[in-house]
Amino acid sequence: MPPEIEAIAEQVFSALADPSRRAILAALASGGPATATDLADRLPITRQAIAKHLALLSEAGLVTAEPGERRRVRYRLRSAPMRVAQQFLAALARDWDTSLDALKDHLENSA
Amino acid sequence: MGFPDRIERTVEIAHSPAKVWAAITTADGLAAWFGDEASIDLRPGGAAKLTWTGGPTVDIRVERVEEPTVFAFTWPIYGLTDDDPRRTYVEFTLEPSGAGTRLRVVESGFAQLPEDAYRKAYDGNTEGWMKELGELVDYLDAA
Repeated sequence: MPPEIEAIAEQVFSALADPSRRAILAALASGGPATATDLADRLPITRQAIAKHLALLSEAGLVTAEPGERRRVRYRLRSAPMRVAQQFLAALARDWDTSLDALKDHLENSA
Repeated sequence: MGFPDRIERTVEIAHSPAKVWAAITTADGLAAWFGDEASIDLRPGGAAKLTWTGGPTVDIRVERVEEPTVFAFTWPIYGLTDDDPRRTYVEFTLEPSGAGTRLRVVESGFAQLPEDAYRKAYDGNTEGWMKELGELVDYLDAA
């Protein structure tokens, strides 16, 4: 397995480990692209802290900066890294133990 | 971190391979322990469907049918979008064990990524909704 997948998933999970970054990503996911000022108005986080988190998220490739109105930079969520992390979660969520127990119960108790 | 590509389990079941085979390859069998509703066209390339009440419906493609020892299928990776081409491969192997059956299930492919996924995950990708919304606007404009 190429190491890049882990690197991408790790960035997603470290981003999500911080409540402020989670709130920023959630705001971008639900409301669409926004400037740092928009986010500061909507979230109980200072403008300075938002700028710091956006820089980090941008470096990790989780948001992308694009030109907005009046020369403001808007940030947009990038879903591709989230999908990579989701694959990791899918492996953890696949519950063969419960399914196979159900199969055993079905065969051994219905006979 | 350790990204698992493969899940492997073995269970001993106190029933013959023929009974286990029926439980994992027939609609009635699958609906009894796996999904809440099931349908299956049991041949390589055949379609199967598993539905969970109040949950998802999963489209399955049958890959291997070698009664009564190997049954395999592919299905979508849970959590990815419906149009995502990635699927995991699930293979059941049945082996007589005393009066019963040793059933092994291997699901692999969780760590796969298609060729362009690295590029997508690393580089800018601002398509998606912008494209969808553009199409909606075109559609409304044309109406």
